[in-house]
Amino acid sequence: MIIIEYAVVGIVLFGAIFCALGAFGLVRLPDVYLRSHAATKSATLGVLCVLLGVFLYFWLVLDHISIKLLLGIVFVFITSPVAGHLNGRAAYRSGVALWRNSVRDDLHKKKSEAPSTE
Amino acid sequence: MKFTDVYLQTATKILVFIIMTFSIYVLFAGHNNPGGGFIGGLITASALVLLYIAFDLQTVQEVFPVDYKKLAATGVLVSVLTGVGSLVLGVPFLSQTFKYVELPFLGNTELTTAMIFDLGVYMCVVGTTMTIITSISEDDI
Repeated sequence: MIIIEYAVVGIVLFGAIFCALGAFGLVRLPDVYLRSHAATKSATLGVLCVLLGVFLYFWLVLDHISIKLLLGIVFVFITSPVAGHLNGRAAYRSGVALWRNSVRDDLHKKKSEAPSTE
Repeated sequence: MKFTDVYLQTATKILVFIIMTFSIYVLFAGHNNPGGGFIGGLITASALVLLYIAFDLQTVQEVFPVDYKKLAATGVLVSVLTGVGSLVLGVPFLSQTFKYVELPFLGNTELTTAMIFDLGVYMCVVGTTMTIITSISEDDI
């Protein structure tokens, strides 16, 4: 029992630390794409770990399997990267420049070769 | 400008089923747990809005051919008829009753007339929300 509780503490703390790292990345990184990268990935993993810890606690300590938490884990795992992708895409389409030290922009080259109607 | 995004559309095809299932769960759980007709209807409306964001207005109307104004009206009618039904049986307006019934798959289930009232609220909320959103988004300039 006590080992399970320590494991749950570890998982939830890991998730919380990852969320904090994502917040630091949001403040520190230079342009919108790098910020979106930091926010999306770390927030996804952090929230997943917190939800997983809560699920394990309810299951192993309180003996109650919560389907809603499992559904939430699956839901966040699907939606969060898609939301990050849409953020980056909307920023690129509205012409937000990359960071000045960026070296590759494949989409720009493709766009200038064949100007699409989109 | 036509907005197409393969990631969003593929994710929407999965997510709409999850959200719809959850909204039905919330609708039925409202008697003993947090939930009920109002937030069930709002969750269904959010699933439909996700469909409208990922696909065209016309495409969604073809797939889901529901007149939302009629849906809202039907919801109000269902809710009023549950109240009138209690008047017919000789008890005050909107009285409710419940009964435990053996259903084929669900076992011993509590069936209550408040559920029908909640179903009316659910339909009314979905209809009203989607009427507002579609009538705003249909405007062409």
